Amino acid sequence: MTLASTWRGGPTASTRSRRQRYEAARRRRSVLIAVASTAFVVGLLVWLLPKSSGWRNVQRAFFDVDVFGSIFPDLLGPFWYDVQIFLWCAPCILALGLLIAVGRNVRTPALFPVRLIATLYIDIVRGVPVILWITLLGFGVPALLETRAWYGGFIVWGSVALIMAYSGYVAEVFRAGIESVHESQRAAARSLGLSSGQTMRSVVLPQAIRRVVPPLMNDLVSLQKDVALVSILGPVEALRRASIEVSRTFNFTPYVAAAVLFLCVSIPLTRLTDHLLQRERRMMTGTAIT
Amino acid sequence: MRTRALTITVVAVAVAVGLSACGSDDDADDADEEAATTTAAAGASTTAAEAATTTSAGSTPAGPARVEPNAEAAACAQGKTLEPGVLTVATGEPAFPPYVVDDTPENGQGFESAVAYAVAGTMGIGPDAVEWIRTPFEAAIAPGPKDFDFNLQQFGITPERAEVVTFSQAYYTGNQAILGYADSAAASAQSLGDFQDLRIGVAAGTTSLNFVIDVLQPTEEPLVFNDNAGAKAALDSKQIDAIIADLPTAIFISGVEIEGTAVFGTFPPVDGTEGESWGLLFAKDNALVECVNLALGALSDSDQLEAITTKWMTTGTPIPEISLE
Repeated sequence: MTLASTWRGGPTASTRSRRQRYEAARRRRSVLIAVASTAFVVGLLVWLLPKSSGWRNVQRAFFDVDVFGSIFPDLLGPFWYDVQIFLWCAPCILALGLLIAVGRNVRTPALFPVRLIATLYIDIVRGVPVILWITLLGFGVPALLETRAWYGGFIVWGSVALIMAYSGYVAEVFRAGIESVHESQRAAARSLGLSSGQTMRSVVLPQAIRRVVPPLMNDLVSLQKDVALVSILGPVEALRRASIEVSRTFNFTPYVAAAVLFLCVSIPLTRLTDHLLQRERRMMTGTAIT
Repeated sequence: MRTRALTITVVAVAVAVGLSACGSDDDADDADEEAATTTAAAGASTTAAEAATTTSAGSTPAGPARVEPNAEAAACAQGKTLEPGVLTVATGEPAFPPYVVDDTPENGQGFESAVAYAVAGTMGIGPDAVEWIRTPFEAAIAPGPKDFDFNLQQFGITPERAEVVTFSQAYYTGNQAILGYADSAAASAQSLGDFQDLRIGVAAGTTSLNFVIDVLQPTEEPLVFNDNAGAKAALDSKQIDAIIADLPTAIFISGVEIEGTAVFGTFPPVDGTEGESWGLLFAKDNALVECVNLALGALSDSDQLEAITTKWMTTGTPIPEISLE
């Protein structure tokens, strides 16, 4: 390619530097390879799956289009129940988690008990499976209260169990964020005359929280699915509604329908997390290498 | 109300004594026949305790009862079991009384355990050659090969289910019952409307749940639990007014498990209600089902099935029937 032709070509491929052309070619090449390998794998699956002897049974049991169509609208109402639990649990978890993380990081000697309690809380709460917390609190506390009032309800205590369990995880995420803020930041703030509390509030936390947004989203995605565990306490939410239908017909398609509903929320949440991660990385390094 | 509570307590004690006393009956035939003469079908006013004491009269070592093989059924079952000469039977984990006692189906105590051993015996398979495995409800119905010959955990027979699995003929037909605290407002419910206004708890995967949704149709959405343990916890903590369960389960809960509760009544079978009859569950088109049907037929002809039913599934107190009108 001569210089003249480059000029005549206008602001197209030829105006780019050799390096840019090379990079564009490499990008095209990776896209082509990705497409080819995806097509190969998907094609293999499509070709092989119907060949397996149990496929017809599996198809009938899990992917029955008629069953899917008839159950899906019925799941929407119960799914809203899941979303509601998620919506009131998430802010509580974030607030409680932050509080505990800060409690775990207090350095005042007089407040050592706070630190001790926060550490113990995280150890205990994270060490027990979520489903056990839900069973223990959800069935246990209403049995103590024996009331039909709102504060004695299964749902309230099931939610409290979720908030407890998840605040443990979230507190650790916040703690990691707080500890990732360099000591010099604290030192600088203190030397400017800020108190310990002020340093935490206006210097450490703003940096820490920004850093941990992606892992926090990760926990929220996880929470969004775990709200279905509250179904063991009796409310007919999406998972339970699906299981009722499964036991009635011995067809598992309703579970697939419920899974699709959960994906409708968790995939956008995950993509948002990815996006935030990417942005964070770009901000930290100035460029993102793909 | 007081007298009722007293009656229930008496029954509770009787059932408890019966359960512990009848851990032994080798010659179940005579004993069961005797019991059968004094009793009718489930739900009638017969005494489990009476049947239990009659059977325990001949004190023999504990374990499943031996049953005379039926030639036809035995010949049929030859080579059709999963493992030759061994019958692999599945039930739930945990299994609840009165279907399985002490969560140990191997002891032959409890209705479903007794039925399994009776079916096995009739097919010429001795108690030693019966292997028990545990499957969750979902595993029993998932597509793919099964690791049991048959599964029994109160599976109601419905046409939809029968498209996916194969059921034997019914080994039990029962009614739904409602129970709650004897001294609660729910106990005074009379009409169907009164019962519909109660807050109901029910176990998932049961025919009771179908009954609640299709027939009872309570005004408030029922709470649905993994098993009756959850429903009991809910009743205990006053989150629900009443539990709907099949009659034998209801009798057991009110008689033995939760003090102060009573069975308010039973609901008559409704035409079009699904799943009032329970069948043994087989993998789709399992050839053994014919032989089991032969065995069940023989057991019911000789009244042995009725005797087992009477022994485990009935109570001494008459329970009112609630009109569904």
